[in-house]
Amino acid sequence: MAGAAPLHEAALQRQHRREQWSILSLVVPAMIVIILIILIPLSWLFYLSFLGDDGGFSLENYHKMTQYKSYYRIFVTTFQVSILTTLACIALGYPLAFFLAQLPPKWAGIFMLAVLLPFWTSLLVRTYAWLVLLQKRGILNEFAVQIGLWETPIKLVHNMTGTLIGMAHIMLPFLVLPLYNAMRKIDGDLMHAAANLGASPVHAFWRVYFPLSLPGMVAGALIVFVLCLGFYVTPAVLGGGRVIMVSNHITAILENQFDWGAASALGVVLLVATTFTLYLAARFFRFDAVLFGRD
Amino acid sequence: MNWWSRPASDTQITHGGRLWLYTLAAIIMLLLVIPTLIVVPMSFSDSQYLEFPPSNWSLRWYEEYLGTAKWIRATATSVQVGLLTMLVATPLGVMAAYALFVSRHRATKAIFLLLITPMIVPVILIAIGTFYAYGRVGMNNTITGLVLAHSALALPIAIIVVTAGLRSYDLSQEQVARSLGANRIKAFFLITLPQIRFSVITAALLSFLTSFDEVIIAIFVSGGANATLTKHMFAALRDYIDPTIAAISTIMVILSSVLLLLTQFLGSKRGGNR
Repeated sequence: MAGAAPLHEAALQRQHRREQWSILSLVVPAMIVIILIILIPLSWLFYLSFLGDDGGFSLENYHKMTQYKSYYRIFVTTFQVSILTTLACIALGYPLAFFLAQLPPKWAGIFMLAVLLPFWTSLLVRTYAWLVLLQKRGILNEFAVQIGLWETPIKLVHNMTGTLIGMAHIMLPFLVLPLYNAMRKIDGDLMHAAANLGASPVHAFWRVYFPLSLPGMVAGALIVFVLCLGFYVTPAVLGGGRVIMVSNHITAILENQFDWGAASALGVVLLVATTFTLYLAARFFRFDAVLFGRD
Repeated sequence: MNWWSRPASDTQITHGGRLWLYTLAAIIMLLLVIPTLIVVPMSFSDSQYLEFPPSNWSLRWYEEYLGTAKWIRATATSVQVGLLTMLVATPLGVMAAYALFVSRHRATKAIFLLLITPMIVPVILIAIGTFYAYGRVGMNNTITGLVLAHSALALPIAIIVVTAGLRSYDLSQEQVARSLGANRIKAFFLITLPQIRFSVITAALLSFLTSFDEVIIAIFVSGGANATLTKHMFAALRDYIDPTIAAISTIMVILSSVLLLLTQFLGSKRGGNR
């Protein structure tokens, strides 16, 4: 009898392991799609980026980036646009998230629609709306001239200004949503305590509330920054060919020179910058909380 | 004590003292909403120049849209690709989310990271990568190719939404069903699936919208008779301001508003179910 017990246990364990595998096999179809669509093509691009003109291994595609001034300008533009957009989103998003987080949940849910509606609306539609709003004969120019803000219509689109306005509008929900979630988790009693101990509201905000909301803000800002790095549609339409970010240049290389090596190398640089930023984010915050603030 | 002087926060600030915040928040919310909805009144304008408010109302841009074979064909393609993407991404996403949620295997974390890579990799890279790979196997300009690529984009979203649904559901109910003799598959379809159905529907709607609104991959891998609505819209935006786009945009805004309200409604149901 005593000898049968371990046998029984081994059988149970085997069965358990078999079941674990059969459950895990359910992810296989999803994995196949991701491997076919993401991993294999990405590895291919990676390989192409290290291919020289003679078909052998070479770093010339990467070397080109340090050589030409045009590449330098593209990197500067990309970082400039991404940083300015992120700062604009913080400036607009923090007060809005704070306002929403202070409301009773029911009201917050209603006002939140103002954030979710643009979030759900096609990026192309919003880019188009800004193109129309900002054009020379557009509403904004006409309104500004009417109230005397400026005398003649000025160029607000097909340049950096238009790109930044459009991108800040498109990215704002990505900052507000995680920040709002973080603010909701701040314990209100802490502010009570600060007030009880004699802190003025302003003092309590900066010493207690703001530091506690900081992780949510940085998480949102990093998401915005990363998404900006890879932006294509908005700079292409609102920049009118004057704002060339990395993605736009990748397309241009393929359209004009059909140079897969150069395009891939630029893509690899973009991917490394993106992954590095997210890696930093993951080190400081719970990864899923950073990425899935949406829920 | 009226609303004005009532305390507004956990400190001693009153609503009156908060007026600046309310004003600021209202302005920012208007800045978010107005540019999203402005296309609606503009699409009913009679003018080439999309003035606002329109001096003359007309439906001419809708007639233009409905009367142009290019737009109608592109719309049909986008709807078809969106529905197919939904049909691929939703079941695959549910299976993956369930497996990763139930399994205690060491590899789940790595698999999860693999499955959400489409959210991390810049879309331009997915676009040129699939364009290159499809070029090798002759899948450019095909519906299948576009559906597969869009499914990859939609999968992480579906997985995350369904996982959130599973988290709010007590899995021991499934174990009870199994201890009463149901096998795992039966227990899933009879017990678990009905309880996470609102998350599954939300995942399906989001998958459709992800595909329908997608621009960059469509620019590269769709074309010819199978070009999507977004591809044509993007081309039109780069060249000139075609007011027909306002009409199409209005339809798209209405579509996403309806889907958004639907998921909000489902979300509140999901909450009430718990």
